[in-house]
Amino acid sequence: MNEKKLAFGYTVSKDRQIDFDEASLELYNKVCAAEPSIRLCISCGTCAATCSAAKFSDFSLRKLILQVRRGITKGLQAEVSKCMLCGKCQLACPRGVSTRALIMQINMNLQKTGK
Amino acid sequence: MTFDLFVIPFFGGLIFLLVVLFIKYSRWIALIDRSGRRKIGYGLFSLQIFPATWEVFLESLLHRRMWKQNKLLGYMHMSFAFGWLLLILLGNLESRIYSGGHLNPPYYPIFLKFFVHDKRVLPFELNTLPGFFRFIMDFVLLYILSGLVLAFFKRIHSRWFGMKNTSRHNRFDQWAITCLWLIFPLRLLAESLTASIYGGGGFLTNSVGDTLAMILPAAVTPGMAYVAWWAYSSALGIFFITLPWSRYMHIPTEVVMIYLKHFGVKSGKHLNSFSEIEMRACPKCGVCIDVCQMKDAGAVGSTPAYFVRSLRMKEGNSLLNNNCMLCGRCKEVCPVQIDLLDLRIASRNLENQSIDKPFSYLPADVPDSKGINVLYFAGCMGHLTPSVKKAMVSIMDAANVKYKFLDQDGSVCCGRPLMMAGMFEAARSLMEKNRQAIHASGARILVTSCPICYKIFNEEYKLFGVEVLHHSQYLLRLVEAGSLWINHSGLSVVYHDPCELGRGSEVYKEPRKLLKRVAKLIPIEQERENALCCGGSIGDLALNQDQRNIIRDAALDVLLEPKPDFLVTACPLCKKTFSSAGTAKVIDIAELVAQQLEKADNLIEETVEESIL
Amino acid sequence: MNKQVAIIGAGIAGLEAASILDSMGFKVTLVEKAEHTGGHIQNWHQLFPDRRNATEVAQGIISKPLANVSTEFNREVTSIQPFAEKFIISAKDGWVFNADAVLITTGFELFDAKRKEEYGYGIYDHVITSAELETLFKKENGVTLRIGRTPSRIGLVHCVGSRDEKIGNIFCSKVCCVTAVKQAIELKELYPECEIYCLYMDLRMSGRHYEELYKQAQEEYSIQFIRGRLSEAAEDKSGKIIVKVEDTLLGRPLKMTMDMLVLMTGMVASAQTASICSSAGIQKDSDGFFKASDPHLYGNITGIPGIFLAGTCSGPKTISDTLSDARSAALAVQSYLSAEANN
Repeated sequence: MNEKKLAFGYTVSKDRQIDFDEASLELYNKVCAAEPSIRLCISCGTCAATCSAAKFSDFSLRKLILQVRRGITKGLQAEVSKCMLCGKCQLACPRGVSTRALIMQINMNLQKTGK
Repeated sequence: MTFDLFVIPFFGGLIFLLVVLFIKYSRWIALIDRSGRRKIGYGLFSLQIFPATWEVFLESLLHRRMWKQNKLLGYMHMSFAFGWLLLILLGNLESRIYSGGHLNPPYYPIFLKFFVHDKRVLPFELNTLPGFFRFIMDFVLLYILSGLVLAFFKRIHSRWFGMKNTSRHNRFDQWAITCLWLIFPLRLLAESLTASIYGGGGFLTNSVGDTLAMILPAAVTPGMAYVAWWAYSSALGIFFITLPWSRYMHIPTEVVMIYLKHFGVKSGKHLNSFSEIEMRACPKCGVCIDVCQMKDAGAVGSTPAYFVRSLRMKEGNSLLNNNCMLCGRCKEVCPVQIDLLDLRIASRNLENQSIDKPFSYLPADVPDSKGINVLYFAGCMGHLTPSVKKAMVSIMDAANVKYKFLDQDGSVCCGRPLMMAGMFEAARSLMEKNRQAIHASGARILVTSCPICYKIFNEEYKLFGVEVLHHSQYLLRLVEAGSLWINHSGLSVVYHDPCELGRGSEVYKEPRKLLKRVAKLIPIEQERENALCCGGSIGDLALNQDQRNIIRDAALDVLLEPKPDFLVTACPLCKKTFSSAGTAKVIDIAELVAQQLEKADNLIEETVEESIL
Repeated sequence: MNKQVAIIGAGIAGLEAASILDSMGFKVTLVEKAEHTGGHIQNWHQLFPDRRNATEVAQGIISKPLANVSTEFNREVTSIQPFAEKFIISAKDGWVFNADAVLITTGFELFDAKRKEEYGYGIYDHVITSAELETLFKKENGVTLRIGRTPSRIGLVHCVGSRDEKIGNIFCSKVCCVTAVKQAIELKELYPECEIYCLYMDLRMSGRHYEELYKQAQEEYSIQFIRGRLSEAAEDKSGKIIVKVEDTLLGRPLKMTMDMLVLMTGMVASAQTASICSSAGIQKDSDGFFKASDPHLYGNITGIPGIFLAGTCSGPKTISDTLSDARSAALAVQSYLSAEANN
């Protein structure tokens, strides 16, 4: 939290704000091109509810997808590495998102950019 | 006269080919790891050389597996391979009659009829040695030409050869195939024209020559003959030069691969030098394309033949690597027996091995549970088919099994999906976690409902002292041991072999034996090794939902064709996939057994009541 | 001579259209596959959003005068064939009938919750469907019978069989969200001490007074709403249902033990839709329901002149929408038949 900038009027702590003017959607666009089904996600949370990894960790594919969509790549690598690739989410997803392909694409693109 | 300028294309091409092959093979063999090289060293001087040579004879020359696939296809391949070899061997023997020496230049037997005109020989004069050879050489040439006619028809109508698809050619393939097709007609033309001028042709070349002589003015035949010899030599030369980069590289490479396999060299989990040899041993015959369900989903480019080609051409990409269900149908039919699944996984590994998955969040403690005999593992997918879980629990309760439901509250994935994605290191950390829990339980038998888990438990976990069983095997054992009483339901069923259980683990017998005790099993054509994939495969990392649905529906059409009461499977993923279509009543083998168990209970009660009355 | 109209299905749409066409002077024959008229409404207890007694509404429709209407029961129509300006209607039992115009009012079927195996319907005792709950309200006036004791926590699962690509239904069934809110209120009235949770993806309170009902459920009945779709249900040793969802608004997985789980089953096209479409040469829409030739301008008219649609056979509708649709269909039938008579 940035407490130093005490200003009047409307300010939002930089850390909290999703700054779409600054955000880069490069990762989202790349993933989208390779796995268009990322666009179908309606954030219902079925994937996160059924997730084998979520029993032991705070992994949430729903959140991960939103982060990619919003251009938030910080900490994404560590997040995506939690997935066991078991495929339960793919069976459960009501929108037919190819979740495993999506995870692989995010993985691969993060590897390439070294983030 | 034992030289003419026209032999240069052939001779040059041959030397070029031999040099290229020598460089390529010695590089690949040099790159094979030390243990592999040692195996080759031992193998060369072991008895393995005999079965290996026998296999080369059966497969590379006679094309036994091709014959099994389709008789016309087998004949066609055999006529080219075996016929050509006979032509070379017999040609060599024939040439000795005239030269008397052993040090003939290699082109001499090939172009013998240009250099030697034996006017004494008459067609069908079989009682002299030259006459016999002349006859047999013409006969072999005719044999090859018959294969060529078949090859021509195969291009027009591949269905006659049991094939719906043939592979497309690249530029080298086009050059090579054009030359290959021209070689034998040109030889016929050259030999026939020469025979028409000088005589001495066999039954074929003589009669073709006579016919040509009738049509053509006598003045042009010598010139034409010379041109034909040039063309024949050039076709051979170009074929040899393009061969190492075309599909025909499989001809010498298959031989090398068969020997290496017999010596115990394998590609395994990583792309290595042996994989390079395997890739080139693929003739792109297209048999795999026919059985591959990816083409149902409009992904012909992902079928094994094209995948291997792009791997060979170093044009592989992640879509090609990932777009395969690893169902194993191609591996069953491949005439060259290339391990297409290992190749696919290994190329995924090359791309994905650096993806880090430490799984540090997994709990350190291991559940303690002494005093049990059996450990039950439903598997991740099993939690989405609660009726299977419930059936297993009720059966094990009924049979008084002392068991523990290891993943009742959720599973640590078995690691097979990561293995299939080529992330071996990541898979191993999950495997370690499960291995600890399995060993800590003290159980002697591990039963799983998921064929995906079963395969990896069985093959990779190395669970010493613990027997791994799929529930179909375990239930059969309970029934056969008299621990379970089940009734025949009278229902007619079709059994779907899950890929990982059937082709993947070769468990075909037990589920059928168990099923026959509870239902009437309808045999279908596409079962066991030929079973279809449901389309839900976790082996694939690229198919979209619509494509998966297409594969599923096509498989269902086949499975439901005999109109069974139920479609029975033994895999939660297959069950979920098939039932999602809403067109079939799908049931797991364990559910069917559990249902008949209840009826058996009722039966006992009824008989008890009757006896009281 | 009076023109003959055949109405396929004597649910509320068929009955409403029959009474209007009858009053217009047409000869009407209702062809019903069940033994009685009324269809699904006979099973409902109260209707949303005003909780009107469903039997009263059904009576209101059934009791309308039908002078020239005959009804054929136990006739499941499988084909409608256009033949020389007329239509030949055949039923499963071999019954055949001729009409000058046909109005299809075959309605919907409830999604078979067993197809959603991971939710445990038909596997666990304490998982029921919203339709069953309605019947329990109506017949037993309580759900204690099913559970054997007073429930202390009940979950209502939205979107079962609707908005689910995995069972092939991408569409929204429109009525389940508000039904869930209505049933939650009714449950709370029965068991004031019971905690009631609605597990939803989106709350689609699109109709008039629906939002008010939603607010009332929060304000007066303390119904809790959790935004997270159920992935799977499990059963514990005592027969309670354990559900796993992600509380998506909090971003955390949530586990909850319920005494009973109610699955809000959606609407699907009725089974005979496909065979009627292929025999009559009319179109089936991508969602499996009948397709109108122009959903904006001619919602009751099919691609074949003389065959009309009304009610939920052409997609999920509420009861009031169904009745309006039936009335407009009756007008469409009339204008077709009078134009024919003039020719």
